[in-house]
Amino acid sequence: MIGLHHYLVVSAVLFALGMFAIITRKNGVAILMGIELVLNAANLNFVAFSRYVWGGLTGQVFAIFVIMLAAAEAAVMLAIVIAVYDRFQSIDVDRVDSLKG
Amino acid sequence: MDLATYVLIALFAPLAGATVQIFLGRRLPRHGDWLCVGVLFVSFVASIPTFNAVWANPAFKLQILSEWLTLGSFGIPLGLQVDGLTGIMLTVVSFIAAFIHLYSVGYMHGDPRYSRYFAYLNFFTFSMLGLVLADNFFLIYVFWELVGLSSYLLIGFWFERPAAANAGKKAFIVNRVGDVGFFVGILLLWTQLGTFRFEEVFKGIAAGQMAGPLLTVTGLCVFLGAVGKSAQFPLHVWLPDAMEGPTPVSALIHAATMVAAGVYMVGRVYPVFTPDAFVVIAYVAGITAFFAGTIALTQFDIKRVIAYSTLSQLGYMMLGLATGGYVAGLFHLVTHAFFKALMFLAAGSVIHALHTQDLREMGGLRAKMPVTFWTMMAGSLALAGVPPFSGFFSKDAIIGATLGFVMAHPQHLLLALFAVGGALLTGLYAFRLMFLAFTGAPRDREKHHHAHESPPVMTVPLVVLAVFAVGAGWGGWFERLVRPPVELPHGPAGAHTLALALSLLAAGLGILLAYWTYVVGKISAGRVADRYRPVYTLLFNKYYVDELYAAGVVRPFLALTRGCAAFDLGVIDGFVNWCGRFTRGVSRVQGWIDFRIVDGAVNLVGNAIRAWGAVLRLVQTGVVQNYILVLLGGVLVILLLKVL
Amino acid sequence: MPMQNVLTWMIFAPVAGAAVVLLLPRGRDELVRWISLLATAVPLALAFWVYANFDRTSPGLQFVEHYAWIPAFNIEYFLGLDGVSAPMFLLTTLIAFLALVASWGIKEGVKGYFCLYLLLEAGMLGVFAALDFFLFFIFWEVSLLPMYFLIGIWGGPEREYAAIKFFLYTLFGSVLILLAMLALYFANEPHTFDMTKLIAANKQYGIAFQLLVFIALYIGFAIKVPVFPFHTWLPDAHVEAPTPISVILAGILLKMGPYGMLRVSWPMLPEALKVYAYPLAIFALINIVYGALVAMAQRDFKTLVAYSSISHMGFVLLGMCAIGPQGLSQAGVNGAILQMFNHGTVTAMLFLLVGVLYDRAHHRVIEDFGGLGVQMPVYAGVATVAFFAALGLPGLSSFISEALVLIGAFPAYRTLTIIAAVGIIITAGYWLWTLQRVFLGPLNPKYATLPEINGRELVTLVPLGALVLFLGVYPMPVLDLIRASADQLIALVGPLP
Repeated sequence: MIGLHHYLVVSAVLFALGMFAIITRKNGVAILMGIELVLNAANLNFVAFSRYVWGGLTGQVFAIFVIMLAAAEAAVMLAIVIAVYDRFQSIDVDRVDSLKG
Repeated sequence: MDLATYVLIALFAPLAGATVQIFLGRRLPRHGDWLCVGVLFVSFVASIPTFNAVWANPAFKLQILSEWLTLGSFGIPLGLQVDGLTGIMLTVVSFIAAFIHLYSVGYMHGDPRYSRYFAYLNFFTFSMLGLVLADNFFLIYVFWELVGLSSYLLIGFWFERPAAANAGKKAFIVNRVGDVGFFVGILLLWTQLGTFRFEEVFKGIAAGQMAGPLLTVTGLCVFLGAVGKSAQFPLHVWLPDAMEGPTPVSALIHAATMVAAGVYMVGRVYPVFTPDAFVVIAYVAGITAFFAGTIALTQFDIKRVIAYSTLSQLGYMMLGLATGGYVAGLFHLVTHAFFKALMFLAAGSVIHALHTQDLREMGGLRAKMPVTFWTMMAGSLALAGVPPFSGFFSKDAIIGATLGFVMAHPQHLLLALFAVGGALLTGLYAFRLMFLAFTGAPRDREKHHHAHESPPVMTVPLVVLAVFAVGAGWGGWFERLVRPPVELPHGPAGAHTLALALSLLAAGLGILLAYWTYVVGKISAGRVADRYRPVYTLLFNKYYVDELYAAGVVRPFLALTRGCAAFDLGVIDGFVNWCGRFTRGVSRVQGWIDFRIVDGAVNLVGNAIRAWGAVLRLVQTGVVQNYILVLLGGVLVILLLKVL
Repeated sequence: MPMQNVLTWMIFAPVAGAAVVLLLPRGRDELVRWISLLATAVPLALAFWVYANFDRTSPGLQFVEHYAWIPAFNIEYFLGLDGVSAPMFLLTTLIAFLALVASWGIKEGVKGYFCLYLLLEAGMLGVFAALDFFLFFIFWEVSLLPMYFLIGIWGGPEREYAAIKFFLYTLFGSVLILLAMLALYFANEPHTFDMTKLIAANKQYGIAFQLLVFIALYIGFAIKVPVFPFHTWLPDAHVEAPTPISVILAGILLKMGPYGMLRVSWPMLPEALKVYAYPLAIFALINIVYGALVAMAQRDFKTLVAYSSISHMGFVLLGMCAIGPQGLSQAGVNGAILQMFNHGTVTAMLFLLVGVLYDRAHHRVIEDFGGLGVQMPVYAGVATVAFFAALGLPGLSSFISEALVLIGAFPAYRTLTIIAAVGIIITAGYWLWTLQRVFLGPLNPKYATLPEINGRELVTLVPLGALVLFLGVYPMPVLDLIRASADQLIALVGPLP
């Protein structure tokens, strides 16, 4: 029988993979993908907790919000990536260190 | 027209001439000489009614009064007055000036500044007439200075010659010395009596508002002005140098009129002088009369000889005034004006013909220049005081007054010696000049050969003046018109007879000596000079007065000015600059303190913070992933702590 | 043009001119000159109107403008003229106009020069018209600053030294005036800068207060005159300044010193004046004699004129402090104010003349000239008039004022006046000597090609020369302006105790 714990484990794995991608990848788009993973891990948690713990549809509604948000965020992020490419001729985030102290 | 209008015409015609001439002279036909000569004759003609008026009534008095400036209670009056003395002076001055203007047309012919010359000469005449007419001290001072100005301009007329430029400057400055004394005298009178007008001053003195030593000092201050203007010892040094000017100028200004202004002024303000002051004046005058005569004996420049004789005669006039011969002194002024102007013009005629002023290059001119010779002879006889020439009457009266004064005050015997000795010298030097120039063999054949009589425009004035030089002493006209303004003491009886004898004797002896020496040759001038070499050298160098002034006054004074300038630059400005440098030094030290210590502390704080910043900035990599990693680490640590 | 504000119009016409000049584009030098000329011509034209309408019988203030300005401190915009200020105020417009014509030859930095020049004129006019002490002080400083730049930028080789010396010296004086001004301000209740009120209250000031404030004011004003020993900025400033600026400096700026004394010190602190009168007369005498002595030793023509100014200003000071038992002398005070005016015209001529010569020969060493009377007869003629005016020849203006001063001072200080009169001999000495060295004697062949004085230079000199001659013969047109106010001043100071 698949229970809450399974969902949580899958979610944690997704989060960890997403986090790993965010921290390690040099490519801006890849980082963006990592962020998508992290968001979806959170969605999975919302839905799982809603189903097994609280009942009702609150978690599902939140998950839909997050999906919407992620879409908007991806649009903004892609625009930023294009702007960065314009400015630095690269989307390697290591080279975008203008804020270095 | 009333008399006042005539007087104003006589006064202002020359001024108008001068004004037109200075601006337009060069553009007028003949450079305007006809205009300037013309206005002078206008002036002379306009002065005749005045003379007639005073002749008809010797007590006649005309006053033209106005105010120059008023400041509440203080005011400076502007007034002209005509009385007997003024009437004579007005006529005589305009008359002589008119003929000297005429003479100048010939003498100055072809000069590059011909028009300017006449402008100056017109201006001089205006100033001189103003001086004569002034009825108050302030106005007489004004014209006094203005005649000084015209004298300056005319002495330095040929200013390209350094000697002329120097002489003009010297004349003005020496006169200024006298003028300051005059001005101080005027100030003293004004302070004590509160007025500048002659009448009121005399009234105040007569009423005893001013007396004693103060009045004596005041009188001497006023007299100092006359000492300068009339070239009395010790301010006589400018007059011989003034001969650098054109000869008609010497005749008009430095013989006939301006130098006599001092005498005229003393006569005009006669009541200002106390008996004590007159004693001083008498000695100054006596010294001038005698010593100038001795210098004249040794000079070879024809104009300088006449100049020293002018000095001597001016001394006589003053002496007459100072010893109670009021009428005599002023009379001598008038006769001297005629015969001395004549002598200068005649000398000018000689210079014009020979182009030299040195007596040693003349001789034998009598035949070549008969008019000049005979007119000059008339002048010399008048100068020597030979009867019946005009100079005899006036000089005799002066000697009479002096002897009378000496008889009354025997302690002043020296004055009588000066007077009689001077008369002897006069005869001697006057005829030394005559004989050297006109008789004997010509000493410079070349010059003699080219000599010729002057044109009529020059000889006519000579003849006219000669007439007056001969006859101006006749008839007692002067005594009729001029009366002493104060009661004069009558000298002892017999003084005049004695004077007559002595002066005739002295003049005769002088002329005889000259004759023996320069015509007969019984006495050799050269031998006498060799025998008394030191005396001769002293005389020839004019008693070294110029050198004394140069060494004792001018050079120390210039040193003083240089000292003052050095003091100004070194000490005062030095102190100012020192203040500047000191302030800069202080500020440099302060700057160092500020820079090193105060600013150092501030910098230290800044540097410390910067050092810390340099360490901390390492954290700021600019790579967002690093931040996330650290964030993650942080979250993990918090989680770990939570779990533990 | 509303004539009740005529003084404001006169003071601010040059300011408006300066603004227009500033707005012109670069390179329009000729236009700048003409606009500046217009801006100085306006006050000059109005000056004639003021002269014609000046009430000569009234000792009081005329053409008064009185507005509140900074009410919190009782500072007012208060202008007016009386006999003490009117001659100098009117002369300022004339000299500024003529010196502007003389500025035509300025070739570098034309815009800046004329702009500063116009500001300077406004400042000077303001000083002579201001009746509020604060306003007076502001105008005083306004006239100081442009001068600094005009000397420091357009001057001769040592210009920076001279400009800084001038500026610091005068600023030092200004500080003392400022202190005295504040002391007077706080001595009155309610506090006021209104000069008429400060004068009306002159009986209230204690003697110690008067003595102290008088000294501060005296030093402040004395630096401007300049009085020995504060005078050494003057020769430097004059020598380095361009000709028109020297003219302004000597013709007008120096007069601000004695004017300040007559406007402020004398009526406000009469008791102190009575105490100090004798020492002041001694300082005046030192100015006369010492200035003349130093002038005589100068080799530079312009320095000589500068020192002669010191000497002639001594007469102003002497006349002002001629106080006897009856109080100030009428002749002395009138003579002093007239001497301010006359010295303004004469010394302006002298500096213009030096400028004419310098423009041609490019140096000013007196001994190096000689015989110019042959080469430049018209120039020599004008110069002779100016020289004789300076040495006090009767018939030329300075004589009357100097004679009045001596007449006024004599009853009060006999010995000093006699020594001052001796100073006149020295004056004659150095002027005639200079005349001889420059114009007489044989012509130096080096200068056989010097051109005669030109039309523009004559335009600047002839009006002054005519004025000198006219006032020498008939001084009443100026004395008329002065005398009523001088009488009032004498009454204000009162007799000696």
